[in-house]
Amino acid sequence: MALLQIDNLTVEFETANGWFRAVDGVSISVDKGEVLAIVGESGSGKSVAMLAVMGLLPWTAKITADRMLFEGRDIQNIDPAERRKLIGKDIAMIFQEPIASLNPCFTVGFQIEEVLRIHLGLGKKERRARAIELFKLVGLPNPDERLSHFPHQMSGGQCQRVMIAIAIACNPKLLIADEPTTALDVTIQKQILDLLISLQAKTGMGLIMITHDMGVVAETADRVVVQYKGRKMEEADVLSLFENPKSNYTKALLAALPENATGDRLTTVSAFFDGTPEPAEAR
Amino acid sequence: MTDTLTKNTMLEVRNIKRDYELPGGLFKPKKTIHAVKGVSFSLERGKTLAIVGESGCGKSTLARMLTFIDEPTSGELYIDGDKIDTRPGHLTSEMRQKVQIVFQNPYGSLNPRQKIGDVLGEPLAINTGMSAAERRDRATEMLVKVGLGPEHYNRYPHMFSGGQRQRIAIARALMLNPKLLVLDEPVSALDLSVQAQVLNLLADLQDEFGLTYVFISHDLSVVRYIADEVMVMYFGEAVEYGTRDEVFSDPKHEYTRTLFKATPRADVESIRERIAKKKTASAA
Ligand SMILES: Nc1ncnc2c1ncn2[C@@H]1O[C@H](COP(=O)(O)OP(=O)(O)OP(=O)(O)O)[C@@H](O)[C@H]1O
Ligand SMILES: Nc1ncnc2c1ncn2[C@@H]1O[C@H](COP(=O)(O)OP(=O)(O)OP(=O)(O)O)[C@@H](O)[C@H]1O
Ligand SMILES: [Mg+2]
Ligand SMILES: [Mg+2]
Repeated sequence: MALLQIDNLTVEFETANGWFRAVDGVSISVDKGEVLAIVGESGSGKSVAMLAVMGLLPWTAKITADRMLFEGRDIQNIDPAERRKLIGKDIAMIFQEPIASLNPCFTVGFQIEEVLRIHLGLGKKERRARAIELFKLVGLPNPDERLSHFPHQMSGGQCQRVMIAIAIACNPKLLIADEPTTALDVTIQKQILDLLISLQAKTGMGLIMITHDMGVVAETADRVVVQYKGRKMEEADVLSLFENPKSNYTKALLAALPENATGDRLTTVSAFFDGTPEPAEAR
Repeated sequence: MTDTLTKNTMLEVRNIKRDYELPGGLFKPKKTIHAVKGVSFSLERGKTLAIVGESGCGKSTLARMLTFIDEPTSGELYIDGDKIDTRPGHLTSEMRQKVQIVFQNPYGSLNPRQKIGDVLGEPLAINTGMSAAERRDRATEMLVKVGLGPEHYNRYPHMFSGGQRQRIAIARALMLNPKLLVLDEPVSALDLSVQAQVLNLLADLQDEFGLTYVFISHDLSVVRYIADEVMVMYFGEAVEYGTRDEVFSDPKHEYTRTLFKATPRADVESIRERIAKKKTASAA
């Protein structure tokens, strides 16, 4: 049984020009202990699909799916109280915009300790100790002092690491990491990726990694899903994807890497790919 | 600092510093953080300086000083031949137009109640005498330039994806035709294709209008592609500063070398190796 199984997920938003389909019949599954990378066009519905899993989309969103199962359990029509128990504990997410996802009015220490209090019921002393331990794990300097800082007193990458610490605080079974290392330099990025992979090896956590960074994909993923305009274009194990990309969109993406630049301008996808979505490959 | 300003110097920074005071508590003494510890450099018109460095080493703080948002604790700043009076309230509106910033977190810098069209039109409304219709045309034109469309004009920031918001922030900074643009991680939220599109746009603007860029990025392949000069910061100091080729071919500082070594590798051979390792580890 897959850890997370989504079949035929569609998400639509009402806009001034009618309904807009952000996610169009996407199916995704992740096993225990597996790293699934999702790459693709900006605006192709990667974040929205995962927010649908978390139940965090605004009410204006219309969500339909044939199935949305976590450990075999339906999470689409789950009772809100049950969902609150699950989300943040068994399913955690590192949000794409770290500074915007932290509450500016509370210290980062308070925010991580709240999670530990609510989901694990830890006492005051244990919470503080665990929070310091988590801050150390994500490589924040002076972790005990950091607890009393407000988000605006920290750098972009420091906020991102606070988010990561909060997400792994309760040893989730499934971690959805949405661009988790965009604000980090490559040395700390490496430390964070190593941390996530070792957690995953130790606890059997499933990991969904949304990223634009093909280097990150190459260094972490088992399997890769490529999205374009709300649809899945390709799904492959990581080696096949790099060695022998099937869809034209994937080929175009790889050609747009700055290291593959020819001449003094970069190749854009449109130079390569006329934008006609090819049918997603059946898995 | 022996450097003298020439007519071609767009930006010169001399020994600029910034401290933050952290208020103490009942039992805690006040604490000073030296976020930027005395950085100097100069940048010619039409060139790009890339700044890389460890997370928390003071890059954004430096960017905020260059764009007059944070007042330096000490040091001097020259832009386009003028010495800048960095005290709040002493800035000319001309200077304000000349220098623009793209913030590291696009969402936090967009007003959630403002439609995107108004976000883009606002700088024009404040700083120019353009009519509403003209502003609308300019804003729509800019949306298209950054790879969005006219249909996005009436939408609110929360209706956009991370990468789309980043492009809006870039579009906003370009509205006033700045001469110096400071970009704080401008492409880290973008997919490769949009990244290529935005980098090409920046290159076009540089060719066409001689724009000068200070470009903060963690992505070394982007830096290598875009930079004329590279500065590496570490704990508030510039530990390495030179032309792109100097820095990439012969890094002097240990941290720079560590940085290069930590860059993820996307070649098939490395992937094969990693998978083999993982298999043996899970078999053990
Ligand atoms: N609340 C909303 N109302 C209307 N449209 C929305 C809303 N939220 C998202 N969208 C649209 O849904 C599409 C998918 O957005 P999503 O955030 O999932 O993209 P993404 O693949 O994560 O992109 P990125 O890589 O840029 O983060 C986008 O075109 C976006 O404009
Ligand atoms: N308002 C503030 N009050 C106190 N300390 C601050 C404040 N702003 C930044 N700092 C501290 O100053 C240091 C430099 O921060 P800055 O945001 O300039 O880093 P950065 O190089 O941009 O990092 P990143 O790559 O993570 O964005 C950090 O240690 C941060 O905690
Ligand atoms: Mg996203
Ligand atoms: Mg920063």
